[in-house]
Amino acid sequence: MTDRDERKDAIHRLIADFNKKGIEVSEETRFAQDLEWDSLTVMDFVAAVEDEFDIIITMNRAAEIETVGQLIDAVGELQG
Amino acid sequence: MTADAGKPAPRGTAPDLFDKFQPLIDVRENLLATGVTDPFNLVMERVESPTVAICNGKRTILLGTYNYMGQTFDPDVLAAGHKALDEYGSGTTGSRVLNGTYQGHRECEEALKRFYAMDHAMVFSTGYQANLGIISTMAGKDDYVILDIDSHASIYDGCALGNAQIVAFRHNDVDALEKRLKRLPTEAGKLVVLEGVYSMLGDTAPLKEMVAISKAHGAMVLVDEAHSMGFIGENGRGVAEEQGVLDDVDFVIGTFSKSVGTVGGFCVSNHPKFEILRLVCRPYVFTASLPPSVVATAATSIDKLRGAADKRAHLWANSKRLHGGLKSLGFTLGTETPQSAIIAVIMPDLERGAAMWEALLQEGLYVNLARPPATPAGMTLLRCSLCALHSEEQVGEILGMFEAAGKRVGVI
Repeated sequence: MTDRDERKDAIHRLIADFNKKGIEVSEETRFAQDLEWDSLTVMDFVAAVEDEFDIIITMNRAAEIETVGQLIDAVGELQG
Repeated sequence: MTADAGKPAPRGTAPDLFDKFQPLIDVRENLLATGVTDPFNLVMERVESPTVAICNGKRTILLGTYNYMGQTFDPDVLAAGHKALDEYGSGTTGSRVLNGTYQGHRECEEALKRFYAMDHAMVFSTGYQANLGIISTMAGKDDYVILDIDSHASIYDGCALGNAQIVAFRHNDVDALEKRLKRLPTEAGKLVVLEGVYSMLGDTAPLKEMVAISKAHGAMVLVDEAHSMGFIGENGRGVAEEQGVLDDVDFVIGTFSKSVGTVGGFCVSNHPKFEILRLVCRPYVFTASLPPSVVATAATSIDKLRGAADKRAHLWANSKRLHGGLKSLGFTLGTETPQSAIIAVIMPDLERGAAMWEALLQEGLYVNLARPPATPAGMTLLRCSLCALHSEEQVGEILGMFEAAGKRVGVI
């Protein structure tokens, strides 16, 4: 299992905690449009991702992340 | 000019730039279709005092202004304004750094320095511009601004105007703030932005813990005390004073449009290099300064707020009584205990919130109807802002009006 696969698994697990509507999630799933999360849910989810990987995702960076796949790659970059 | 001037642009495939506002247009139209008075377009036809106005031809108790200390009709404040208007004219015509600094601006800054016992004070044209200017100027590229997620729009707009990296943390969550500070690069510049009182729910911040953690991680701290100045703290200096951390705060931001009772904004600080901001802060440099009559009223009002202990005590008594009374009537409030002059009454949804707002207006009471995006967590609420000049009888009247309106609308 690659590092990216491990990150992907962890992120899918975190998404599941917030995916109250049970929407099917792929790497192309968009957080705002497809998962229909409000801003408070997004903030809590971002905080959960930050805690899981011990990173900071600034609001500037978060604004560029639209899909699950982009988040998996961004977390990899932020981990260095 | 061509013959087509004044006609709408041809509608090709490009979208109408107003399309993005359509959801809000729909919400507003649907709300007004229910027959309520437009809650965002109330006109005060005559103002009789800080607590009473004529609205829609009816005597109305004002419980939705920010006139916490009731200074708008103070005779000394008004006299100072009249005198300045006569002596200096109606406007300044310019920026503070060119022809817009008058003797009154200096006197107003001296009054602020006396009030906060700080070395420096800078007056802006509004509180919004004070946040916009200080945050965007202080935090540059590669610096970090760490802010509470429920921060006021002027704080977010200050972040947007600058180039810094922005990090938000959950509202009033000390651990969340600490976790984020720990993860930031040690060598990076950091500005933690907090508010003393958060204006929608009227709750106060745990500044004692938050300021200590911020300083321990090498961050500078800015506290917006817009909704606490004059009222909270032994000398009315705000929540930072009350919690004993004012000396550790690098910047206090405030406004003249609330307890001071006029209009304008400011920043006070003890930083030895503070004065350079007058040359580099764009919302200070590139805007007209406040008119002499306004800074004269502000200076007089600020000096009077220092000695207003009796007013503070009366306002606290009003806040406790209104909070307890509304709770006993069965309303859901924004805070468990009264924490400020703001008492937020949570409504189940926008429709019943608007109906309740209208029913209160019919009873003769004006409050603020607040809804997203101004409110946290999608809430609709009726925001009550008490004034030190509300009498005991008026607080009793207000409770009676809430009971009658609440039963009529079915909220209680």
